[in-house]
Amino acid sequence: MSDATIRPDPPIAMDFAGAGDGRTNALALLLLSMADDEFVIGFSDSEWTGIGPILEEDVAISSIAQDELGHAQALYMLLAELLHDGRDADAIAYDRPPEGYLHARLLDHARGDWAATIVRRYLYDTADAARLEALVDSSHQPLAELVAKIRREERYHLMHVETWLERLAQAPGEPRDRLLAALHVMGPDAGTVLAPLPGEPALVRHGITTEASASIEARWRAGVAATFKRLGLPDLPATHDPDRARSDHSPAFRALHAEFTMVRRSEVGATW
Amino acid sequence: MVIAAARAATPSPDAVRAALASVHDPEIPTVSIVDLGLVHDVRVGSDRIAVELLPTFVACPALEVIRSTVVDALAVFDRPVDVSFTFAVPWSTDRLTPDGAAGLRKAGIAPPAEPSAVRCPFCDSGRVAMDNLFGPALCRSLFYCRDCRQPFEAFKPI
Repeated sequence: MSDATIRPDPPIAMDFAGAGDGRTNALALLLLSMADDEFVIGFSDSEWTGIGPILEEDVAISSIAQDELGHAQALYMLLAELLHDGRDADAIAYDRPPEGYLHARLLDHARGDWAATIVRRYLYDTADAARLEALVDSSHQPLAELVAKIRREERYHLMHVETWLERLAQAPGEPRDRLLAALHVMGPDAGTVLAPLPGEPALVRHGITTEASASIEARWRAGVAATFKRLGLPDLPATHDPDRARSDHSPAFRALHAEFTMVRRSEVGATW
Repeated sequence: MVIAAARAATPSPDAVRAALASVHDPEIPTVSIVDLGLVHDVRVGSDRIAVELLPTFVACPALEVIRSTVVDALAVFDRPVDVSFTFAVPWSTDRLTPDGAAGLRKAGIAPPAEPSAVRCPFCDSGRVAMDNLFGPALCRSLFYCRDCRQPFEAFKPI
């Protein structure tokens, strides 16, 4: 990319405040929300690389984080094609101020300990799986194709995280205590991943998603409730402040943002 | 001009596919991208060649290397080459050809199979155990052979 296409100051902001009924706006909002979810959890979990609890997990979480960053990149590319305004996937991924990111509040929490990482991965991966299922037959063909591909990979993530959730839940003492503590903190934010987007009516009307978010969330909650009951874990609470599910990002995210934009900011316009 | 006269005749798609058989996965030199099932479509126009490839995994970091290797391999046809990646159909295990499976084994990688059906690529033993669902590359898991006592990688079924 040449210098001319990047304006270093101010950073490019994505303003979707007006996203309401228009198909393109609603689709863009959906793509950006999903891409930011994958990008933030991918980057956040990549912090385990080199410091995983055991070598096997170091490899696994690094691989999962890389998958998520790849999914984010593919979604940002779909968005770039849709917006067609000169921004490529990298520009969208890196050149926004922290308040311009649309990831769910669940992903605003700091990485935390291994139990917190597992709890978040479980809550996010199961919610994401429910969301993806409603996009398999999306009227936006490039999204339907990408989702078919992503679901094949996410199957591995689910197998991995479900094994770990059980392992921690069934180990009395510190492992289970840490799991419960993480659930207590993140439980109220779990549903933020599936909270309706401002463009929801348009997404449903245009067949971009084939299921309303309330129905996706009910389906997801039923699955989580069955697992939690089997493992003797407390029920998931209702979503805290769902109207602000993707705004007001935390200091932890701002710190993460400062880190993942650091290299890009260090030499604006450079080709890496 | 002489340059125009020297230009090769429009190649057939089969000729292009044959040339693509010389392109290998950068990490698995014994398997061509054709046998790996990565080639989705080849279109030959009067002045360009378009190749559509299917990534095995969305985040596969080898894609850019494969793209430039394809361009180099098709330079012989003396016309611009467009390489694109598509998810039009998801790459899956059944796209691998028998030659591709043999090539994987030659590289010490078990071809994709459900974990219970994986066999050691070195001694063909079925007495193997999965060490890690995730491996050194996105597309591979880690196994251990109880007979020849070799750790090995297995392509993930997808």
